[in-house]
Amino acid sequence: MIDGDVNAIGLATSLILVGIALAVSMGQQLRLEKQLIWATARAFVQLIVMGFVLAWLLQPGRSTVYSWTWIVGMVVFAAWTVRNRAPEVPGLFPMAVAALAASTLTTMGVIFGLGIFPMEARAIVPLGGMMIGNSLSGTVLAARRVTDELTEKRAEVEARLALGHSSRRAGRPYVRAAMRTALTPQIESTKAVGLVFLPGAMTGLILAGVDPVDAVLVQAAIMYLILGAVATTSVVVGLGSIRQLFTTDHRLTRLTRSAD
Amino acid sequence: MPNLFEFADVYVAVDDASVLSGITTTIPDRDLTVVAGVSGSGKTSLLRLCNRLDVPTAGTIRFDGQDLLSIDPQQLRRRVGMVFQRPVLFGGTVRDNLLVAAPEATETKMLAALADVELDIEFLDRIGDDLSGGEAQRVCLARTLMCEPEVLLMDEPTASLHQAAARTLESTVSKLRGDAGVSIVWVTHDLGQIERLAEHLIVLEEGRVLYTGRADTDGAKDALATLSTGAEDR
Repeated sequence: MIDGDVNAIGLATSLILVGIALAVSMGQQLRLEKQLIWATARAFVQLIVMGFVLAWLLQPGRSTVYSWTWIVGMVVFAAWTVRNRAPEVPGLFPMAVAALAASTLTTMGVIFGLGIFPMEARAIVPLGGMMIGNSLSGTVLAARRVTDELTEKRAEVEARLALGHSSRRAGRPYVRAAMRTALTPQIESTKAVGLVFLPGAMTGLILAGVDPVDAVLVQAAIMYLILGAVATTSVVVGLGSIRQLFTTDHRLTRLTRSAD
Repeated sequence: MPNLFEFADVYVAVDDASVLSGITTTIPDRDLTVVAGVSGSGKTSLLRLCNRLDVPTAGTIRFDGQDLLSIDPQQLRRRVGMVFQRPVLFGGTVRDNLLVAAPEATETKMLAALADVELDIEFLDRIGDDLSGGEAQRVCLARTLMCEPEVLLMDEPTASLHQAAARTLESTVSKLRGDAGVSIVWVTHDLGQIERLAEHLIVLEEGRVLYTGRADTDGAKDALATLSTGAEDR
């Protein structure tokens, strides 16, 4: 068992690697220094806030309604992030809210319905975070890739439309490519579980003293649910985006290439 | 000669910038109509209205006597084929490309389309990436012909080709007009090409019609002279 105490020196030491990343960025002129510093500072503040919120949520007798409210907030924030990453897609925010909410409800329903974890704040918030966090990466990639594919391959898409193809048929090869890109990281990490890395929930359970085999079974269930959630939200948002990027009379809307 | 397309006071604006400003003109059936003008005059925008890749901001367009916007866009695009400025081939072989246009097409139909563009049978299994610009553009034309269009919209199709390939494409399209009775709308700013091809002429300047009518009139010559002066000024 670990006591979970990290002092200021320990935290500062962990920043050494961030310092190395900054040095690499400067040395190679990657111009990522600002983003690295911003991400590090933002993660610190967010985690501190999260710690206080969790401490409040986990107080004995606190209703789980607050935890679910927190989950709703996560869904809205995640959908907002997706919308900001692909602003060219009209109506992306409500679409992402619907996809993320539906997949979170389903996966959480399975976790608590089957009794994998008891429905209490200490399970609702971190599990919801895992589902939404992973789905967020997939949906951002799906929306971004669909938009980029249609922007880069505009000439090909219009050549297909000019042959009398429906927008759905004309866009299919490019959506397929975008979906592959969006889902590949999650599929690869699912394939590498146990061989390359030990995922969060399992690591947490083992560190908390749970039998490793039990931890593995719990992790397997969570991984499958995450994979399902990521696939569902990415496909819904990917296909939804393509619908938004064509008009009802099968024309491709004007898209502006996003800045690198 | 009956009119194939009739444009009445057509406007197109993109992001509040005017692209076409009150275009009123006609494109006759079974003719080779050249749409001429300097870069940015609205030639391509006019062409893209003909198969509804774009729609007008205001005004009406009639195709074959019918309001263009009342025709199903997918059907319209099969009747009004388009060849783009740069040859766009999809992945795979020439056969794969032809099948994208007509998935049920027989070998005979594909060979006929290749013959129409003066490419022989061995091209069918050639990979698109291995073709020259001129060959690729002719494959694009063959692919469009697989839909058996009544009209061919040619958007500066020789702009990226060298002179010999450009001349071959010109003669192929002229032959198609004569043999198959396909109406052609050809966009160009090349004065030599206008002289060689145009039967009917529409000259655009800054989104407005400078001239519309037969290509062999004094008015047409004056409009083209303005065009060349304008190009020199730029």
